Amino acid sequence: MSTGLRYKSKLATPGEPGDIDKQYVGFATLPNQVHRKSVKKGFDFTLMVAGESGLGKSTLVHSLFLTDLYKDRKLLSAEERINQTVEILKHTVDIEEKGVKLKLTIVDTPGFGDAVNNSECWKPISDYVDQQFEQYFRDESGLNRKNIQDNRVHCCLYFISPFGHGLRPVDVGFMKALHEKVNIVPLIAKADCLVPSETRKLKERIREEIDKFGIHVYQFPECDSDEDEDFKQQDRELKESAPFAVIGSNTVVEAKGQRVRGRLYPWGIVEVENQAHCDFVKLRNMLIRTHMHDLKDVTCDVHYENYRAHCIQQMTSKLTQDSRMESPIPILPLPTPDAETEKLIRMKDEELRRMQEMLQKMKQQMQDQ
Amino acid sequence: MGFNLSNSWNRDLCVLGPMDSLRQSPSPCSSRPSSPRTPPCEMPASVGIEAVLDQLKIKAMKMGFEFNVMVVGQSGLGKSTMVNTLFKSKVWKSTLPGLGVPTPQTLQLHSVTHVIEEKGLKLKLTVTDTPGFGDQINNDKCWEPILSYINEQYEQYLQEEILITRQRHIPDTRVHCCVYFVPPTGHCLRPLDIEFLQRLCRTVNVVPVIARADSLTIEEREAFRSRIQKDLKSHCIDVYPQKRFDEDANDRILNSKIRERIPFAVVGADQEHLVNGRCVLGRKTNWGIIEVENMAHCEFPLLRDLLIRSHLQDLKDITHNIHYENYRVVRLNESHQLPRGPGWVNLAPMNLAHASAGQLTSPRTSKACKQAQEEPKYDF
Repeated sequence: MSTGLRYKSKLATPGEPGDIDKQYVGFATLPNQVHRKSVKKGFDFTLMVAGESGLGKSTLVHSLFLTDLYKDRKLLSAEERINQTVEILKHTVDIEEKGVKLKLTIVDTPGFGDAVNNSECWKPISDYVDQQFEQYFRDESGLNRKNIQDNRVHCCLYFISPFGHGLRPVDVGFMKALHEKVNIVPLIAKADCLVPSETRKLKERIREEIDKFGIHVYQFPECDSDEDEDFKQQDRELKESAPFAVIGSNTVVEAKGQRVRGRLYPWGIVEVENQAHCDFVKLRNMLIRTHMHDLKDVTCDVHYENYRAHCIQQMTSKLTQDSRMESPIPILPLPTPDAETEKLIRMKDEELRRMQEMLQKMKQQMQDQ
Repeated sequence: MGFNLSNSWNRDLCVLGPMDSLRQSPSPCSSRPSSPRTPPCEMPASVGIEAVLDQLKIKAMKMGFEFNVMVVGQSGLGKSTMVNTLFKSKVWKSTLPGLGVPTPQTLQLHSVTHVIEEKGLKLKLTVTDTPGFGDQINNDKCWEPILSYINEQYEQYLQEEILITRQRHIPDTRVHCCVYFVPPTGHCLRPLDIEFLQRLCRTVNVVPVIARADSLTIEEREAFRSRIQKDLKSHCIDVYPQKRFDEDANDRILNSKIRERIPFAVVGADQEHLVNGRCVLGRKTNWGIIEVENMAHCEFPLLRDLLIRSHLQDLKDITHNIHYENYRVVRLNESHQLPRGPGWVNLAPMNLAHASAGQLTSPRTSKACKQAQEEPKYDF
């Protein structure tokens, strides 16, 4: 499957080779430049996994990224679980493949949905997401913006139990609390306990309930009308298989003479990467190979902007309530700069103005020539 | 299905003589037991007590049996399918809550009664389902409606029993067995499971099973099972077959074998598929067919044998002799009167909802738990 970047460079009018040269500006190579720079810089991605314990979350993360982040994990016993509260655990790993570096952060939520009384068990998770937004907001409004650490959660994989008849009340509660803050990708976990007809029915049921409860899960972007048929077909299949029914595996087994990642049962072998067995390949392609950047964009452009607008509105409404300060400009929570930094800022401002004037003069000179 | 009457009647009668010399029972259609054959002109070698077994058997055939099962577990764990598979008949239609119907806020139990017949023997089977158990966000005290129901049945029986003119055969609606479905997380028992099991094991026979076991490989299954067994031990949860009710060495051996495998990893199916020319009950996936009655695939045959073929009568006996008696003792102590012959005994009205608050914990059971904690080694 070709996952290459698609660029179209349209020449204005085909004419003689000499003319083309004159009309060809040459910015069609920009994506390649971006590509080279990104390879040097590397990417970062924050993924949250949420769902009841025992749904195969750690196994799936292992299968997706082929790294064992949970080597030292100790499973809690039943007594310890009785007093457990929802925690937030972060694991970071650096993955490199063909020269491209990815700094992957997995945010785990052990304890979610495990207690007898699970009221508001999503609150710690919601607070964590808000905290990351707030930290980014502060960093963005600060002075030194070169090395901002982006810890915002780009995607949340929510694991739905395959044993229910659809969404459970906890699932609905979680998704409604977080759908405006993070991209939610619902998954049907442990899909190897379902026969194909059950999988189909469950997916339909979940889709209906998501509509009914007004939950906004991550929508795959529409592909352009001038894409080739292959790509459009893939995109359609992707949209139709949501929510993905996934299986994860930490072990490699022998199936038909080949070594595959799978689960060995007395009645057969489930292959994780077999499209007829589960949607793992679709999920991996979507998450990593085709939609990773879109997930980050939606987080920055939609969820973060919503948070920012909401935050600023709250601040202005608070300030207009104190009738002392009346300012039409929204006031950012900047630390009040001291006299020295103010002088520096003024000097830099003047420098900028001088440089802009010089640029203008140069442009004029070029046009006159 | 196979009702093996001879085994279950054996234990009640304390048969004189070795067990293997059991006489073959006559066909169920005969109304008179055949007399023991004695060679002429010889002292009879036996008195002929074995014939009593036959009489009992005939009577049982006429009367039929009653069996009440309760299935408890979160929705979607295959309870209705399991009941259908166990009794090989559509006892329940697979229930799917309708779209838009909110999950009921309180647990609502409902029972279905069927009469199943096999080889001339009638079984009046009552299955009680508990939809909505453990499905809410806040599942605090979701076990109380179940406990109330069980105690209600005991109460009904008690009221019938203390009447002056009693019915010849008191209708038995007491729950003989509660099958608890544990979700196959592969980790260990959840807090909800522990809370429920602790409370119910004191009142009724509980058989925990690992539901939808087709999502666990064999190694995962064994690891899960041993963790559950450890959890059960550390919380003093005595599931059926209870160790302290073993009557003799034979029982202990038989039951120990069962206790090693509890909880059974079961898969239920109500559809048939063709495998190697045979028609089997199973689930057909893209990577193979899971045969429900194949011991290499799942332990459903063990559950079926336990509940129906070998321990059905034992379940009823323990319910009647132990759980019901415990209830009765507590109730009568409450009303400060022992039933006397003449006179109508009025028991104080019972607040069934508080039954779980430890009132019906028999002192015997808590002592047994202390003993279990002091002697961690079981003689298997």
